[in-house]
Amino acid sequence: MTPNRPAREVSDVDPDSHARLEREEYSTVEQGTEGASEPIVRRITGAREQPAAGSAPAAGESTEAQTKAGPSIKLEQLRAFYGDAEQVKGIDLEFHANEVTAIIGPSGCGKSTMVRCINRMHEEIPGARAEGRVLLEDLDVYDPTVDVIAVRRAVGMVFQKPNPFPTMSVFDNVAAGLRLTSRGRGDLREKVEAALRGAGLWDEVADRLHEPGMGLSGGQQQRLCIARSLAVDPEVILMDEPCSALDPIATLKIEELIDELKQRVTIVIVTHNMQQAARVADRTAFMLGGQLVEVGATEEIFTNPSDPRTEEYVTGKFG
Amino acid sequence: MSPSSASNERLARFAVSPARKRRDLLARGGVIVGTALAVMPLLLIVYYLLRKGLGVWSVSFFTTDPTGNTFFGASSIGGIKSAILGTIEIVALASAISIPVGIGVAVWLVEYGRGSVFASAVRFFVDVLTGVPSILFGLFVYIVLIVGTGSTYAGWKGAVALSLLMLPIVIRSAEVILLLVPGALRESALALGAPRWRVIFSIVLPTALPGLVTGVLLAIARAAGETAPLLFTAAATLHTSFNLSGFMNSLPVQIYKDVTSPTTAVVNRAWGAALTLVVMILLLNLIARLIARRSRLA
Repeated sequence: MTPNRPAREVSDVDPDSHARLEREEYSTVEQGTEGASEPIVRRITGAREQPAAGSAPAAGESTEAQTKAGPSIKLEQLRAFYGDAEQVKGIDLEFHANEVTAIIGPSGCGKSTMVRCINRMHEEIPGARAEGRVLLEDLDVYDPTVDVIAVRRAVGMVFQKPNPFPTMSVFDNVAAGLRLTSRGRGDLREKVEAALRGAGLWDEVADRLHEPGMGLSGGQQQRLCIARSLAVDPEVILMDEPCSALDPIATLKIEELIDELKQRVTIVIVTHNMQQAARVADRTAFMLGGQLVEVGATEEIFTNPSDPRTEEYVTGKFG
Repeated sequence: MSPSSASNERLARFAVSPARKRRDLLARGGVIVGTALAVMPLLLIVYYLLRKGLGVWSVSFFTTDPTGNTFFGASSIGGIKSAILGTIEIVALASAISIPVGIGVAVWLVEYGRGSVFASAVRFFVDVLTGVPSILFGLFVYIVLIVGTGSTYAGWKGAVALSLLMLPIVIRSAEVILLLVPGALRESALALGAPRWRVIFSIVLPTALPGLVTGVLLAIARAAGETAPLLFTAAATLHTSFNLSGFMNSLPVQIYKDVTSPTTAVVNRAWGAALTLVVMILLLNLIARLIARRSRLA
């Protein structure tokens, strides 16, 4: 784990163009006329004029970037059901702003279900429902006045299997999020390029933007999916085992990307791979049987867990 | 035991037994004979259609209406222009009614109605409708739209009867295809913050398009060849008509009338018309498939 990796020294290829692009991307936030491109959480709550003090971004970042800081997420007595079966049994958990939090635990312990409650995708399954509160800063996403669509625009999601839209080209896949949410007007090309650069995919696909997205390799497809969710400018990204279908090299790229993205968004990643949790996460939560066993700094969880069950799991005694 | 006798023993243990060989031969033979039996009538139909139909084809066959005069030889009976155009008009109207409605029902069944009692009821009645003989749709329209309103035959009434016939085919095939669209695609579109209707129009339907086209074509082909629903709804006339509220000729009805005629030339015209119908459906199939393939890659 590299918690103190120097922030944002992204200079592999062309630092200038990268920085320029970023500014352009952020400038849409400043220009936002009817507040359309203002982060949704802030728009709904009117809160968080200032970024949270506890998550001060690395010094030297532009002010635009600071306003981009992701929100913190707080689960309060979250319960999730499939019909009568309770899969998540009352979880209290906080995800810090602009941090990567990994959720680990054996199969069927409710990790994915819990994460899917954060952007209210859980309720898309017939018969599924959730109780309790999920707070983005101080906005309860389960509040009856909250628009589920606005929540999902603010909280992006990357799934286990790469799933580009099969009828669409690389470009259209990234643009899909904007078009599907009626924000496809204007500088679509720039936004697509910025999202693809943000996902570290631009250099690989710049000359094949109009070929089918399904033609990319598995790892590229997954980064395409990340670009797709970045394009709509989310404040949180949920990742549900994003690397479990990828080879180690593609996995490494995604992990580097996660480390970069946390400057802009809050990340929650579900993973079966404990090495991965150790590599990318600032904090790690261990779940068992629908309950949170413990959460803490990743190093703490892996080297000095306070619960014996955590120790047994991370040392490979079960699970 | 010497090593060679041990290996012989092993060979014997793994050898294919004569009984298994016989069973294999029998099963293979059965499958091949079955396939041949199924394909033979198909080939014979195509053969007879081409042999009897092609000879009748000529420019005037396609460009003149039937004269109704059947007594003075092949030169005076006329062609099938009114039947071709009538079929195109009636089937086009029937498609315009049944395709949007049918796909709409399928979308509702798959995207919204999953697990509801009403959806199961709809599905059940659609299944029942699929098995209803086509003449019943004709009768229904006859009773409701002709006897019921005290009016007379019309092209659009035939189209209504055909659309009723097409509807269950479109619904059923579209439902199966929409169910094949991976749920992960819907999920990732929803997770982007897309409203459900946009997910359906921008992701689900385009992904399912080639399959939807196949189902729709099946329904169109079925409808284009139906005689019974048209016999007492659109009736038959000799003249080309572009007025859907008047009498209208159609290929199946023309074939039906011609084939019962005592005049050889008129019976031959039925063969020509049948071949025309088959070729039309084939062309429609090819065109739709090309369009579907292109839009998939776009």
